[in-house]
Amino acid sequence: MTHAAPAVPPAGSADVPPAWTTWRLLPARVVAMCIVELQKIRHDRTELYTRAIQPALWLLIFGETFSRLRAIPTGKVPYLDYLAPGILAQSTLFIAIFYGIQIIWDRDAGVLAKLLVTPTPRAALITGKAFAAGTRALTQAVAILVLSAILGVTLTLNPLRWLGVIVIVMLGTAFFSCLSMTIAGLAMSRDRLMGIGQAITMPLFFGSNALYPVDLMPTWLRVISHVNPLSYEVDALRHLLIGTPGHLLLDFGVLVVAAAAGITAASALLGRLVR
Amino acid sequence: MSDEKYAVVCRGLRHAFGSAVAVDDIDLDVVEGEIFGLLGPNGAGKTTTIRLITTLLPAGAGMVEVFGLDVASHRMAVRRTIGYLPQQLSADGSLTGRENVELFARLFDVPRGERRERVREVLAAVGLEEAAERRAQTYSGGMIRRLELAQALISSPRLLILDEPTIGLDPVARDGVWERIQEVRRATGMTVLVTTHYMDEADQYCNRIALMHRGRIRALGTPDELKSGLEPGATLEEVFRAYTGDQLEESGDFRDARRTRRTASRLG
Repeated sequence: MTHAAPAVPPAGSADVPPAWTTWRLLPARVVAMCIVELQKIRHDRTELYTRAIQPALWLLIFGETFSRLRAIPTGKVPYLDYLAPGILAQSTLFIAIFYGIQIIWDRDAGVLAKLLVTPTPRAALITGKAFAAGTRALTQAVAILVLSAILGVTLTLNPLRWLGVIVIVMLGTAFFSCLSMTIAGLAMSRDRLMGIGQAITMPLFFGSNALYPVDLMPTWLRVISHVNPLSYEVDALRHLLIGTPGHLLLDFGVLVVAAAAGITAASALLGRLVR
Repeated sequence: MSDEKYAVVCRGLRHAFGSAVAVDDIDLDVVEGEIFGLLGPNGAGKTTTIRLITTLLPAGAGMVEVFGLDVASHRMAVRRTIGYLPQQLSADGSLTGRENVELFARLFDVPRGERRERVREVLAAVGLEEAAERRAQTYSGGMIRRLELAQALISSPRLLILDEPTIGLDPVARDGVWERIQEVRRATGMTVLVTTHYMDEADQYCNRIALMHRGRIRALGTPDELKSGLEPGATLEEVFRAYTGDQLEESGDFRDARRTRRTASRLG
């Protein structure tokens, strides 16, 4: 068998580059994981389409029906406009909350061990995965927003606000995917993670302002909505996309803190998965 | 202890999972540039030893040094010297061969300007240049193993660690994988630490061998030393039986069996 002589440079030529301190590792690893996610989406778009069905039904059936009923008071904002950012947040929640399955699959396939033998600190790996989930959520967001526009939802044209939408979707997805990876570290199996994911998704969704204003909720649900990061994500998206009054700084702050806490928790539990 | 000529030094190394002691007080020296084989049946503690050396598990007791660096205190620096191939099939089937290797080029901080060329080089070195743009799920078992070898080689490691590199492969694919390992080693002088339970492979390719059984090293030496030490004309398999008093096949727990079979079925 003839082929090119292995042109691998002498062993040891890739010794520690002194400039690669931890703070530069983090963005490099996040970029690496996001690129892989985009490559996967490019190769197989099936999930992109199948995942678009549910939000489409929410907007088309639930949204259109409740618009006609006028059962939910949303002020001067048409209900469909009010609903669209909520469905966008819901859709990214669904992507994120089962993202931990991937890390269990990675564990079973030996991929996790291989990733952890690269110069990648655990927190950098988790952050990379979290933003990779965010990248996937963004591709989904495009589909939902296009559909919303077709249905007549008046979306902002301000590019700065669109930038804000990207940041908020990224942060929200990062938090919920870290929640999922944290559960993965505790549950240790796909089946259990699926079960827990199913059990918490709907409470998170209904216990938020995605479908109806907080003012309509009974007090106990209002409390849940207040500690639910999804509510802050929806509030920010609604403010940015359709211009309803919101608390952008608070929303952003809550999501940053939540994502950081999620990354910390998931990184701490990652060791359990490789053992 | 930090002698330059050793790639790996283990002293009094121990690790237990609960009450089950997987690695029991191991002393081990791997000389720079050699192919060192860690042999034993499933469940002997080979993989746990590898995990201790590769920073994946903290040592319960004792210490490990890789090129003079203490693994416990220099985790990142140690990882930069290691190329690691886990037992399971770990390439991502939904990515192309090139993308699989590119990921590891990024994770090892291969500079952007060199990345494309380096990826091309290692793919050529394992004979996968033509299949580089195909998704790995279309590869044969031997090709996937060689792809994983390319991933492990992208960082030009000084120490290549292979955990059962040929498990579940047919003889032709096994030879193919070993040929590539030999070629790269000849070209670079890197050290290779390999676990296997194929005695014939160890006999043919390893400079030195440690026989591992129930968490301990029972014998250590060159294949010839071990064989002639038993009796003239002895095989490694006989040596192994003599040292352990055990059959090769009848050990390993459920988890080992599941892992091995999963690897085999993914290959099939």
